[in-house]
Amino acid sequence: MPPNAPPSAPSQKQNAPRRVDPRMLREGLGVMGVAVRAEPRAFAVAVGASALYAATTVGTAQVLGRVTEHVVLPAFAAGRTTAGALTASAAAIVGVAFLKALGVAGRRFYAGLVQYRMQAAYRRAVTRRYLELPAAWHARHPAGELLSNANADVEAVWAPLAPLPMAIGVAFMLVIAAVAIVLVDPVVALVALLVFPAVALLNVFYQRRLAPAATRAQRLRAGVSEVAHESFEGALVVKTLGREAAETERFARRATELRDANIAVGRVRGLLDPLLEALPNLGVLAVLLVGTMRVEGGAMTAGDLVSVAYLFTLLAWPIRALGWVLADVPRSVVGWRRVRAVLDERDTMPHGDRDVPGDGAAALEVRGVRFGYGAGDVLRDVSFDVAPGRTVAVVGPTGAGKSTLTNLLVRLVDPDDGAVLLDGVDVRETGPGVLAANVALVPQHAFLFDDTVRGNVALGADVTDDRVWEALRLAQADGFVAGLAHGLDTRVGERGTTLSGGQRQRLALARALVRRPRLLVLDDATSSVDPSVEARILAGLRDSSAGVTVLVVAYRKATIALADEVVYLEHGAAQARGAHADLLERSPGYRDLVTAYERAEAERAADASGEEAVR
Amino acid sequence: MTAPVTAPVTGLSGAADAEGALRTLRRGLRLSPEFTAGLPVTLVLALLATAGRVVVPVAVQQTIDRGLGGDDGPDLAFVRLMVLACAGAVLLTAVCAYAMNVRLYRTSETGLTSLRVRAFRHVHDLSMLTQSGERRGALVSRVTGDVDQISQFMQYGGLMMIMATGQLVVATVLMAVYSWPLALLVWAAFVPLGFALRRFQRIISAAYTRVRERMGDLLAAVSESVVGAAVIRAYGAQERTARRVDAAVDGHKTAQTRAQATVALTFPTSELVAAVATAAVVVAGTLLGIGGHLSAGKLVAFLFLVTLFVSPMQTATEVLNDAQNAIAGWRRVLGVLDTEPDVADPGERGRTLPRGPIEVRFEDVGFAYPGGPPVLHDVNAVIAPRSRIAVVGETGSGKTTFAKLLTRLMDPVSGRILVDGVPLDEIRFSSLRERIVMVPQDGFLFDDALGANLRYGRPEASDDDVRRAVADLGLAGWLDGLPRGLDTPVGQRGESLSAGERQLVALVRAYLADPDLLVLDEATSAVDPATEIRIQRALERLTRGRTALSIAHRLSTAEAADEVIVFAAGRIVQRGPHAELAAVPGVYADLYASWTAQREL
Repeated sequence: MPPNAPPSAPSQKQNAPRRVDPRMLREGLGVMGVAVRAEPRAFAVAVGASALYAATTVGTAQVLGRVTEHVVLPAFAAGRTTAGALTASAAAIVGVAFLKALGVAGRRFYAGLVQYRMQAAYRRAVTRRYLELPAAWHARHPAGELLSNANADVEAVWAPLAPLPMAIGVAFMLVIAAVAIVLVDPVVALVALLVFPAVALLNVFYQRRLAPAATRAQRLRAGVSEVAHESFEGALVVKTLGREAAETERFARRATELRDANIAVGRVRGLLDPLLEALPNLGVLAVLLVGTMRVEGGAMTAGDLVSVAYLFTLLAWPIRALGWVLADVPRSVVGWRRVRAVLDERDTMPHGDRDVPGDGAAALEVRGVRFGYGAGDVLRDVSFDVAPGRTVAVVGPTGAGKSTLTNLLVRLVDPDDGAVLLDGVDVRETGPGVLAANVALVPQHAFLFDDTVRGNVALGADVTDDRVWEALRLAQADGFVAGLAHGLDTRVGERGTTLSGGQRQRLALARALVRRPRLLVLDDATSSVDPSVEARILAGLRDSSAGVTVLVVAYRKATIALADEVVYLEHGAAQARGAHADLLERSPGYRDLVTAYERAEAERAADASGEEAVR
Repeated sequence: MTAPVTAPVTGLSGAADAEGALRTLRRGLRLSPEFTAGLPVTLVLALLATAGRVVVPVAVQQTIDRGLGGDDGPDLAFVRLMVLACAGAVLLTAVCAYAMNVRLYRTSETGLTSLRVRAFRHVHDLSMLTQSGERRGALVSRVTGDVDQISQFMQYGGLMMIMATGQLVVATVLMAVYSWPLALLVWAAFVPLGFALRRFQRIISAAYTRVRERMGDLLAAVSESVVGAAVIRAYGAQERTARRVDAAVDGHKTAQTRAQATVALTFPTSELVAAVATAAVVVAGTLLGIGGHLSAGKLVAFLFLVTLFVSPMQTATEVLNDAQNAIAGWRRVLGVLDTEPDVADPGERGRTLPRGPIEVRFEDVGFAYPGGPPVLHDVNAVIAPRSRIAVVGETGSGKTTFAKLLTRLMDPVSGRILVDGVPLDEIRFSSLRERIVMVPQDGFLFDDALGANLRYGRPEASDDDVRRAVADLGLAGWLDGLPRGLDTPVGQRGESLSAGERQLVALVRAYLADPDLLVLDEATSAVDPATEIRIQRALERLTRGRTALSIAHRLSTAEAADEVIVFAAGRIVQRGPHAELAAVPGVYADLYASWTAQREL
């Protein structure tokens, strides 16, 4: 986007919580519940290991206390000790530590396992949705956003799973400690346990403040990445027009916005940790004060107070651990909503269950088709039919709607009105896979996958290498493929970058031909191919296409010559239809278009002879 | 047609990968002075925040010793005062910690942003060959994810490293004061751990490198299923694509799980070592105590000091990991910044050309892609000012290379190119890009309104200027036919428009930039013949007084040009007006025959 353009509207507005609703925590717990239900065993092991860790943490202090009381102090007092006592002490200390280590390792591993399995499952699910959803949906969602749904958002959703088992483990510890404190003295306990509502309040406050800031930062992060992506993809245009400084300025503006948003997140996040640390500390101090009063009043002993204070210092850390889990919840919930938005998206182009009856070349009928991308119609009331085995050329000026028409035939989009029929069956009623098995579209821009030549041509179809070579031969691609270092096994790189435009087009053509489609749709599919090569491709098609109906979008007369009939499209309507010679007579628009070169040449020749005559 | 980029191209610099971690760290920090701005104050705050952790233990001890332990029962007044003072200290600690966090966030985010922006600019300054040698996604991650990798270290790990070192020093000194033999014992236990941790950290970081690599595969797989959605749907290739995605997802998950297993196994080691050290101190301390060399109080204090050793060791692997990640991130960003653009802007030292029709002179120019065979040999040509030249030839004949050299997207390997008598590489880019503009075959469009895309080369142009330019090129009818005119959104990469329409946009965009030499690289290959002829006519009129060069495989362009330059196998084999060349047997006559044959019916 050029720098003077207004910033584009946030693409995920519907998912960004403007005001945090108080149910976020509940929703967050619900999300965690999904994971627990999906991976109950691994999760249980992780919680068990956490409990072991929590118990041994208390155990370590107790063992050390007992060793001091029963071995060290008597030894100092008596001036002697036994080897057995010392050995037992050392064994106890190391033994507890071993159990604790086991707890740590188990918790880490199994918590991670749950987290990674959930991530993997949702990445698969989200990507499958992408594959199912129609072209119109994809057009509304920038690639960068979809990438971030499958990557960053899924990661955010399951991030709290790592500390969650620990939090559950320490929650047990908290309950036990709380009961112990209550048993000692209810009044002190009341003061002490006030810390819990305080921590809860802190979390509510934190989530209210953090959620909008974090959502904003997340969105801006995606924005920065989108700008970089677009700018680098258009690097050649940036370079040839000398716009590097302006592009940098545009990127810097987004990056600075992201910086400010991150600092805003930091302000909130940076407050949480000190407060989470301070609250239990203040609790201990309150216990000391109230406890001293209770001791003075005779309600408890000094010893009781010491043990309560000690228990409470032990709790300080688990309370913080709980806080950390809660701190991840808003990000998780925001991510969950974004991921769910994809998963809950309904396929607006459902399949039917009909097969197409024909065999051999297919019959095509386009009946009263109207289509628009939102603003105005691109096609209006287009009707024509193609008998099996015939070749029809669709000719029309740039922007007349030809590519849109080809998209309708393979059902990348559905018409707003009218219908496309294959062998008399509305393509909307065909079952899954039926169209792909019968119709092949070669688009103007060949899209290649980061795969081998064979993989790109076969594209999942189960075909022999012989058939692949046959298709490559028809597409005049066998020569250059044979010359590649590894032949069919050569990888073509991301989007086929190691190949030229013409080579990419020929591979795309072979991809269509290898399937032996019953209807072949060529959308100006040889524009990047040298004229002589194109002539050979067309000749090959004519000789071998007995069992195929062909619809070809073309400008060149040589291509039109292949066709039995021509449909002339202009301003989204089929203006004329008939044989080439016939249309030359009847349709001035068609005549203008196809004879443009000759007329230009003739005029030039006239000019030249005129000049000569003047001389 | 673009030449295949099968030859190896100039890659990004690997210098940073070869140097030591500390050197990278130093260079990284020097690169963004914002990181260390105000660091002393932050360190003082960190010190206060850490020191504040002793407040509560001190309060407990004071309450027990002086508040409760008095002879005449609990001393409530003292406890009240003490608790108040300690509460103040706790709050002060919290304020210090908060201030420290905010400072860290601010300095690190500011530093990272400037790093991002600098790397972004540098990517654009790299030559076209270097850019196309990298996956676009990889370049994007150099200015996004790779920079983000540094943040965790700058906001947490780096400071932790300093604080942990301080904690170790203080604990060691105190321990030595209490009992140097026991201090030696503790060190004897922890020194091997230090080495072991260093080793663990390497293993872990290798494991996480694999995780990141698998993540790259995963993103590539997902990105293909998003960008290639139309092809996948049209060919019913959903199952195949889903399988590929599944494989990538599983690969990533396996790498993650392996890495986690490594962490889970190594992380508790410090716990065990600490226990062994504690047990040793208990045994040795008791024996020392029996010998009268140590008091019981000192031994207990010593046991607490041992715990001071554990937390730095426990965080060590994580902090080292942060550091390693940050260094890896820096290395990748430095990989961009260290790469000298091989087609460099002479900048201030360069010369500025005056406006006016351009003359171009190629002197013995040769070119080869790095590591590849020569693709242009001894090209000598003079393009006179105000002439209109068509360049033709078969695919791979060198015609596009010729255009890329002329527009200085690449520099020749031998020979030189002069523009108005000035060597091309001495002209400032700002002047060069203003005077010479190329229209590539695939005119990239930005996801914005049509108008914004049209005025991309001249942002100050008004809507009227844009409309006039469209009308000048004979395209008013096309613009009027668009439902929302200049406000029509073009979609990502301009995909809401047809390929032909995108080429029209690129043409208008270049024309509006008002260059003195216009280079068209098959700029109308996807446009219908009538429109093409119309544009050609318009350009003939509009480029009068300028120099124009078009590369074409539709020979209608050649027929209209003043002169035709014919390329074959990297050399200029013919040159002259169309009528002359078509009349004599040769490469051009063959090309022309094939072109006219195509037009026949």
